[in-house]
Amino acid sequence: MKITVNGSSHEIDAPDDMPLLWAIRDRLKLTGTKYGCGVAQCGACTVMVDGQPKRSCVTPLKFAAGHDITTIEGMDGAEFEAIQTAWRAIDVPQCGFCQSGQVMTATALLKEKPAPSDTDIDNALAGNICRCATYVRIRQAVRDAADTLEA
Amino acid sequence: MRMPAVVNIVRTASLAAVLGVALLGNAQATEIDADQQLKGPEAFEHIEDETERSRAMFKEAGKVIQHPRCVNCHPVSDTPRQGMDMRPHEPPVVRGPDNHGAPGMVCSTCHQPENVDSAGNGVPGNPNWHLAPRSMAWYGKSLAEICTQIKDQDRNGGMDMDELIHHMAEDSLVGWGWNPGGDRTPVPGTQEKFGELFAAWAHSGAHCPAE
Repeated sequence: MKITVNGSSHEIDAPDDMPLLWAIRDRLKLTGTKYGCGVAQCGACTVMVDGQPKRSCVTPLKFAAGHDITTIEGMDGAEFEAIQTAWRAIDVPQCGFCQSGQVMTATALLKEKPAPSDTDIDNALAGNICRCATYVRIRQAVRDAADTLEA
Repeated sequence: MRMPAVVNIVRTASLAAVLGVALLGNAQATEIDADQQLKGPEAFEHIEDETERSRAMFKEAGKVIQHPRCVNCHPVSDTPRQGMDMRPHEPPVVRGPDNHGAPGMVCSTCHQPENVDSAGNGVPGNPNWHLAPRSMAWYGKSLAEICTQIKDQDRNGGMDMDELIHHMAEDSLVGWGWNPGGDRTPVPGTQEKFGELFAAWAHSGAHCPAE
């Protein structure tokens, strides 16, 4: 199957129901996207498919083929940069395992809602679990990033 | 010294939450609906009084309409439910501005165009996976209330009876109820038979049950 990841086309020799996450991590060696629960309950595997966040652990390759897939390694743009800067500024991560998924979702939120309320932030990130419970800093960093974009 | 304990608690809680979902999925597998049958309109021909026949057919259709597979996505609140026990959806998603989820966490973030059974009990899917609008909330309502609501064009999305029949008999998201994937219990009968039953109810005056 042919998939496009971070602008590059790749031929993946695999069954069409193989999770996209396997292709990203095991075949393309893009390990920024994490395997957490494998059942779309934790958000660690979040990637963008045509600009929308998707849990790659439950996305079969056949539904990824023909679409633009972006992993954490290929992210750019004003919202992403604002998120990255805000994350660094207050040291959001603790162990860091979930953070690429958090950043993907937070970026998707800001692209759609440049000035999100706390409820918007909570609703968007409700599916991204952080076992270190960095939720307070995550929410603060999303707010900070939104302020940067607004300024 | 305190932080590792907190981390462990949170880690354990997160793991328990994920495992809990998997275990509930398995428990669901053993739960078999005792009445998988759905009677077609012919089973009601012996009822001479048309109003009574119509009511009886809607009650039969209620086996589908009030099935958790259907009601779970007709919530009164902004959060869907899941499973035969109709527990709140995990993760805790909300309907969002267009019933397709919140910005950053839309239904299709997890739900694919078709059922995905590769992981645990999998993730159910349909190209148009979304919640029924608030005006179509069924959870906790009696069949009589739901019947009145279905006929009310102010609450049913402006559908007339022909459009309602088409929706029940042809809509692919409605049809998902008969093909839920994984270990999920399907709604009784077939969509075709349900469509026939619903049409027969509509053509017999669309009378609602008393309760």
